[in-house]
Amino acid sequence: MKIWKLLGLAALVTAAATVLLTTTTASAGGKEDQTLVWWHNVTQGPGVKLYKDIAAEFQKQHPGITIKAVPLQNEQFKTKIPIALQSDSPPDVFQSWGGGGLVDQQKAGKVADLTKYVKPWIKSIGGSAAGWQVNGKQYAVPYSVGVVGFWYNKALFKQAGLASAPKTWPQFLSAVAKLKEAGITPIAIGSKDEWPDAFYWDYLATKLCSKAVMQSSAVTYNFRNGCWTKAGAYLQQLLDAGPFQNGFLATPAQQGASSSAGLVANGKAAMELQGHWNPGVMQSLTPENKVPSFLGWFPFPNVPGSKAIPGSLLGGGDGYACSWKAPQPACAQFLAYIDSPSVQRRVGSTGFGLPVRKGTENSVKDPNLRTVLKFRSTSPFIQLYLDQAYSAAIGQALNGAIAKQFAGKATPAQVVAQIEAAAKKK
Amino acid sequence: MTTLDGSTAGRAEARPAVVRHRRRWLELGVFLAPAIALYVVFLIVPVVQAIRYSTYDWNGLGALSDYVGLDNYREAFGDPAFRQAMEHNGILVVLSLVFQLPLALGVALLLNRRMRGRSLLRVIFFAPYVLSEAITAVIFLQLLQPDGLVDEVLRGMGLGALVQLWLADLGLVFYTLFVVITWKYIGFAIILFLAGLQGVPDELHEAAAMDGASSWQSLRLVTLPLLGPTIRIWAFLAIIGSIQLFDIVWIMTLGGPAGASSTMATYMVDQGVNSYRIGYATSVAVILFAVCFVFSILYQVFVLRRDVRGATTRMAG
Repeated sequence: MKIWKLLGLAALVTAAATVLLTTTTASAGGKEDQTLVWWHNVTQGPGVKLYKDIAAEFQKQHPGITIKAVPLQNEQFKTKIPIALQSDSPPDVFQSWGGGGLVDQQKAGKVADLTKYVKPWIKSIGGSAAGWQVNGKQYAVPYSVGVVGFWYNKALFKQAGLASAPKTWPQFLSAVAKLKEAGITPIAIGSKDEWPDAFYWDYLATKLCSKAVMQSSAVTYNFRNGCWTKAGAYLQQLLDAGPFQNGFLATPAQQGASSSAGLVANGKAAMELQGHWNPGVMQSLTPENKVPSFLGWFPFPNVPGSKAIPGSLLGGGDGYACSWKAPQPACAQFLAYIDSPSVQRRVGSTGFGLPVRKGTENSVKDPNLRTVLKFRSTSPFIQLYLDQAYSAAIGQALNGAIAKQFAGKATPAQVVAQIEAAAKKK
Repeated sequence: MTTLDGSTAGRAEARPAVVRHRRRWLELGVFLAPAIALYVVFLIVPVVQAIRYSTYDWNGLGALSDYVGLDNYREAFGDPAFRQAMEHNGILVVLSLVFQLPLALGVALLLNRRMRGRSLLRVIFFAPYVLSEAITAVIFLQLLQPDGLVDEVLRGMGLGALVQLWLADLGLVFYTLFVVITWKYIGFAIILFLAGLQGVPDELHEAAAMDGASSWQSLRLVTLPLLGPTIRIWAFLAIIGSIQLFDIVWIMTLGGPAGASSTMATYMVDQGVNSYRIGYATSVAVILFAVCFVFSILYQVFVLRRDVRGATTRMAG
């Protein structure tokens, strides 16, 4: 009879749940025996081994604390985390990109205030910590922060007669023209994913708006300052030059050899505006599984005569937050360990990320990433990617509006209007 | 309709015998309870929950506190992006019926003839349907790259002028996807129609031929009417499938560029999963559900009723 089977199943489930429940209460009750459930998005690359080591070392140093790592594929992570935080058993430690997403989680009371735990050492990671603060309080801690810039093919630049990387926007536009004349696709872009489009607009805004405007707009969502429309107008100059690969609107950023990263990695386009993760992505898209030797990096060009501080950059990174239910101080101790010099040096030396701890910068071996790190360390102002800095709904609307401009379906003024409209809905 | 027809008939006949009536309800209760329980827990409850969520402005994190009434629905119907997505679903329904039906019918009629390699051909036509939507999408994504296999084949045949930006052209991308969808689902229609054709007795064709009917007349007046129930069932599935289309679009284009290939489902996922506007996305889900539900009811009442009438099990006393 089906019903008996069903009843049997129900009984089994109940029994299992009871066992589970009792074991968890037992572990939470005894001070000696704590478990930290650690949700991260590292499923491949050098981070896999590093994370295993980190967990093992931390457990050795803190008897009684068990780390239970749960690696999740990135997209899966993003859909699972809100549901998990809503539940009664959220992960204790989980990946956080800071910015508006963290603000949303903080407002809902889902993340723990770490300020008092991290106070002794947070200064040692410098300005990077700011992106993971809400109202001056630390709700998560970054372990790797990078900046967006142009990854370019030095050989193709030379072929087009370009001796050095462009430093200003007009120089950049003329470099694009020269590459085009030489029959080279100047820029590869993964417009299918929309966020690579937004990098251009975000960056031009960062280079055109004053720091005060950038910071206040991220809170008030007021975009009336003329610099925002101006960013779109400068972007339109670039779009009108037709610098991208054929069919760029359907190109993904990272999947396969015909993605934008793949095109640059295989010498089919001269440059791509991307984050510090790009060498790793490119490596996996080449036949030899090597970072191309022709690869170079230069920062986004400055726009002459603007109100922004020259050298302002767009960037972001990875960090960890503790959920409201995480056992403390165990969770904060674990975050402290991830940011300790010993681990941070390995973050750099394995090529896993760009360490945030002062004094560990030398661990980065890749010359291009060293350049990225040099610019990051000396930058007067690093703006977090806008789609991350803003609340998720507004960030997505921003990416979508900019993607429309790339598709020729929105003017600079319309882009700003659409972002403002999305902000009003909140 | 089954229950409507069945229960009215049953009640009318069973009324005199009260004891038997009671026993029947007990039987029904025992046998149906598990199914009904599952149905309620996994279908009715989520639907009711969804309707509740859809009246809140909620990002999936905090408590349900920001009640907005029907504002989410108002916003959805006022959003050009959602209207565009609905329009795409509508176009897809029409295209499916206009192109897939004659195509599938034609192939089914061909494959119904006795000829060499018939089984092989049937397998070939049916094979794409066995592939998952995700695999289909990934394969075509590779084929349709700029300078990919499709472009190269066209050039090789001297048809280089026909090469297009299949997935990047805002005016073309949706029709490219329609071709892929047709490739994938035509096999299912063909198999259905072939099965239907088995039910058309040869004697009728013979009789028609003896009465001097041409093969066209025989097709139009004998085959098609007898294939009617099959065609109507296929059309029902095709329309519902067109309204709910998601996987192929999401993998191939993410609904882009700039919404040019969006569907209601891709719009919903974009708003819910990417923007964390769970309340709003749920209202879109409810709209999607309502469209399918109302359509199903109307289709059952007005189109399928004739076909199922004879097939229902009656609760004979």
